[in-house]
This record gives sequence, structure tokens and C-alpha cells, in this order.
Amino acid sequence: MKSFEYTITDPVGIHARPAGILVKKIKEFASTVTVIKGEKEVNALKLMALMGMGIKQGDTVKVTVEGADEDTAAAAIEEFFKANL
Amino acid sequence: MILVQGKGVSTSVAIGPLYFYQRAKSTITRYEIENADAEWERFKAAQAKAIEQLGELAEKARVEAGDEAALLFETHQMMAEDMEYEEAIQTAIQETKINAEAAVTDTAAQFAEMFASMDDPYFQARAADVKDVSNRIIAALTGAVQGGIDSAVPVILAADDLAPSETVQLDKSKILGFITEGGSGSSHTAILARTMGIPAIIGVGDQLKPEYAGKEVIIDGSTGSVTIDADEDTRTMLLRKLEDQKKMREMLEQLKGQPNVSKDGQSVKVFCNIGGPDDVPAVLANDAGGVGLFRSEFLYLNCDDFPSEDVQFEAYKKVLSDMGGKEVVIRTLDIGADKQIGYFNMPKEENPALGNRALRICLNRPEIFHTQLRALFRASAFGKLGIMFPMVTSVWEVREAKKMCDRVKTELTKEGIPFSEDVEIGIMIETPAAVLMSDRLAKEVNFFSCGTNDLTQYTLACDRQNADLGRFYDPHHPAVLRALKMVCDNAHKNGVWVGICGELGADLALTETFLSIGIDELSVSPRSVLPLRQKIREINVAAVKDKVLADLLSDETPL
Repeated sequence: MKSFEYTITDPVGIHARPAGILVKKIKEFASTVTVIKGEKEVNALKLMALMGMGIKQGDTVKVTVEGADEDTAAAAIEEFFKANL
Repeated sequence: MILVQGKGVSTSVAIGPLYFYQRAKSTITRYEIENADAEWERFKAAQAKAIEQLGELAEKARVEAGDEAALLFETHQMMAEDMEYEEAIQTAIQETKINAEAAVTDTAAQFAEMFASMDDPYFQARAADVKDVSNRIIAALTGAVQGGIDSAVPVILAADDLAPSETVQLDKSKILGFITEGGSGSSHTAILARTMGIPAIIGVGDQLKPEYAGKEVIIDGSTGSVTIDADEDTRTMLLRKLEDQKKMREMLEQLKGQPNVSKDGQSVKVFCNIGGPDDVPAVLANDAGGVGLFRSEFLYLNCDDFPSEDVQFEAYKKVLSDMGGKEVVIRTLDIGADKQIGYFNMPKEENPALGNRALRICLNRPEIFHTQLRALFRASAFGKLGIMFPMVTSVWEVREAKKMCDRVKTELTKEGIPFSEDVEIGIMIETPAAVLMSDRLAKEVNFFSCGTNDLTQYTLACDRQNADLGRFYDPHHPAVLRALKMVCDNAHKNGVWVGICGELGADLALTETFLSIGIDELSVSPRSVLPLRQKIREINVAAVKDKVLADLLSDETPL
């Protein structure tokens, strides 16, 4: 399992647009991606649940990536967070 | 081959798949299901359909407005296939054993509630997205369609009859022709068909069976026939007719740019009737001289509340400027009778045709009239405007309406808002009272325009919406034609011009009559402009006038 932490810089937080693109991105890989904030964690493929976490600008989230292609997947997804969130 | 007979409206032929108009249901039925797997499959099919529709909308938005615009639909697409959303629906179907419509409704409410309870306004607003997506899936489940037509290819549209608000929302590019169960030649569907220049077959009753949906159908407006799965000979015959019509249109093309003048030099203005700014390209394409009737109702029919002054102003301004200085006659609000609008909160009437309608509403509720007149006068700075009041019976009504115009002009002057000083004021002649008072009314206005549909209905005391009264409702009745002559005579004595903006204007069997009694303008649907021009150019008024005037004195109009 790979993981990274990221502090959200997007003013609206994890909103529909990047969440949607994130789901698309994750589907390119076999690994399971989980977004964790405090006590709450969701499978990042669940678009509405992810949005429902209400992650805002300044929040720090932990992202875990687990699966056969976790190395490449984790790198790509961290890249995505930096570029879009 | 199946043959169904109705009454034809307009003479053209059309061929295409039969499609039944679908009305959206506002409520869903909730019931217990037995086969959960089958119900789940129903949901999956509806979900796939919704996703496909959203994909098409996204592409359309991308082409028209770019990637950002497409993203909204793409997000909706992702919501529709969201795992958690899908799981909640699956649980409701598999475990609670409720039908898919109810499962989607419940799940939508649950997710909408989740978003609505978040503290960030952005996320709160996503509740609406969930509901929107869910409604699309429910529509796919129930077979209901927004705008009534869900087809990739143009169709022959079948319906019981269509309400004015429904005809407004139809995607006209998807319609090749109409078939209606009921209706008369003056129903809204029939008028729409004529405006679009496509055939309509009305009054077929219950002869069209649901199982005919999707079959190839050929409709012939000249005979009123509806042919389903035509055999080879019939098909060839009808297609040849279609081909002949195309040739005819090509011939009419050559009349563009020619004047509307009879053989002996009498000229008539040929204008168009329109329902909104979207119709202007057709007016110009058919080389009409102006707009003789712009029905302003569309502004009121397409919304949930009174259209603001600015919204109206923009629409009027667009038509006036697009017409490039050619005259545009805009009729003030003409609702009531067969055209009702919910937010007007009009009490139900026993006899709406004789009730609170058109100018009467405007005079009874001056705030509505005031807004429209302000928008009209503001727009007058952008072209050549005529304002026309519908449903006049008395001179005082016209004076009161003109007083309101003066008030608006005074206000605009004070506010420094420009308007034209040359706005023509006219009235519709559509009641026997207006005909009998036309000598006095002519002293109040610049023009008359005869609304022959209502004039016929009121003169003959005959409901034009009642299919059983077909032979009693005769617009060629000498009483109607004599009324028109009386109006012309009184108008011309007072230097007032007279037009016809009803359906009768395009009736080529009466063009000789209209020229003989001295009608100055005929306002018709864009498609009728060139055939009418051709007819006018064939007539020698001096040669037919005596006979036409003598015919007006006979028991029946010989046609």
C-alpha cells in the first residue's frame, strides 16, 4: 500500500469538477484509492460520497492506494492532486 | 398496408416514422415488485439511456459553448453512474422490493439531503444536480420525454391535440408532419403545421393504434390520408407527389424579389405572421414585406411568471432590428379563451370565448399592459413598429388603450429613454361590434387588421374548436366576406389601411375577393408568401371585380 498526504489549495475544495476527473483518473488503474480525512474515509471512486465529505481549502487529507499497480497509480494520483486540487 | 382517413391541413406530403407525443408525468407510482432482478435490469437500462442522453448533451454543449459547458453534463453523467448512488438504489430494489421509479426517487432525496445539509453553499447547490439526474433516469423509466419528442431522426408526430404551450416547446427540427385525434382546421396544431409548411392530418379519432409506433407512415395533406406501411404502388405514387411539391417550391423561388402586383397594377403588401424572434429568418427567406402579426403571447407562455419589461424589450428589439426597418406589427397580449396561462390566476369562466380575454385583461389589469407597452415603445427606437390591440368592441376601449400609450411615452420622455414618434396604432377587427363600429374606430387608429378566425367564430356564433361544427364554421360565409368589405370601405374613407392576419389571408380561393374589396395587406405564414404572390400576379382585378362584388350579395359564396 502506498499513501501520501496533501493539503487542498482549491478555493472550493474537492468539488464536482475535480472529483469527477479524479474518478476518471482512478478508473485507469486497478488499485483501490481511499481518501481519508480525520475519522472519515471513502473509496474515491464514489463521486458523491467523496463530495459529501465536504473537504475544503486548507484541509489536509491522506490518500491511500492499494493494488497491483499501486506504484504507478499512487504517483499519477498524487500528480493529479497537485495539478487540480 | 393500413389506411387511416382524417382531414388534411395544408397540401403537402411527408414520409417518416410514426411517433406518439409523450407528456411528462409529474408524479410517479410506487408499488411493490416481485422480480427484483428484472426491476434492477429496468433500472440499468434507464440509467444507460440517461447516461447516453447526457453524453449527447455534453457534446452539443461542447460544440456550442466549449469544454466548460460540457463539464456540467459530464458531471451529471458521473453522478448517474456513481457507485454509492447505484448501490443505494440496488438495496432499495433488492431488499425493500420497491419499483425502480420509487427507488430512484428515494435515493435522490437521500443524496440531495446530504448535500443540502453541508455548510458550504457550493455543495448545497449540488442537491439540485442529484435531483436533475434522478429525474432524467425516472423519465427514462416511465418513457416520459422533455419536449415530447425523443428521437434521433425527424418523425411524423401523433397526438390527441397539442396545447399552445406544448407547441411552443416542440423541437421543430424533429417534426415532418402531424396527426391528431381531434382538433379542427383552426386548432393550434393545424396553425403550427401551416406555419411550418408541413402537412397535418386532423380528426383521425382513435384509428391510430399504439402498435403502429415506429412504422413508416406517409401523410398526404391534400387528401387527409395516413398510410402506414404503404405497398409499393402507393408509396411510389405518394413519393412522386412529394417530388412534384419540391419542383413547385423551386418554381416559387423564382418569384423572390418580384412585387406583389396584379396584372392590372393593383399592389398588395404581403406580410408574415410570426410567434417570436426565431421565426424572422423564415420571414426574410420567403421575401415578405414585413411582419403583419407578431403574437406576443410566446413571451408569456414560456415562463412561470410575468415576463419582465427587459425580457420583452429584448425580444421586440430583436425582431425589429432583424427585420431591418421593414414594418413589424406587434399584437399586445392576447390570452384568455383557448389560451390560458396559470400564473395569471384567471378564475374559470363559463364562456371563455366571450370572457375576460385579450385587451379586456389588459384594461382590467393595467399593470400588465403598462409593462408591455413600455417594452414596445422602448423597442420602437430600433425599427418600424406598429402596435395592435386585439379583441376590440368599443371606441372607448381604444381610447383608453391609447391613453396608456401616451402615459408610457410621457414616462419614457421624462426618463430620457428614446422611442420612435412614428409608431402606428391599430386594432384587430374580430368582433361583429368592431365591424359595425369600423367607421368610428377608423377615426382612432392608423390601421385595421382583420383576425378572420375569431371574426368567423363570432359572426357565425360558431365554436372553431368544436370538430362537430365543421360545416357550420365557414370562413367563406357571405356574412364574413361582407363584414370584410364593410371594414375596408369604412377604413378607406378615413385613410386607414386594412390587413388580414387570420388564416383566411393565405386562402388562395379568396385572393380575388380580397383584391376586389381593396384589402391593403395580407399577413400569412412565411411559407404562404410566395404562393400568394404568384396568385396575386395572375389576377386581373378589373376583370373579376364586378362578379366578386355581386357574389357577396348571394345566399352562399360560390367557390
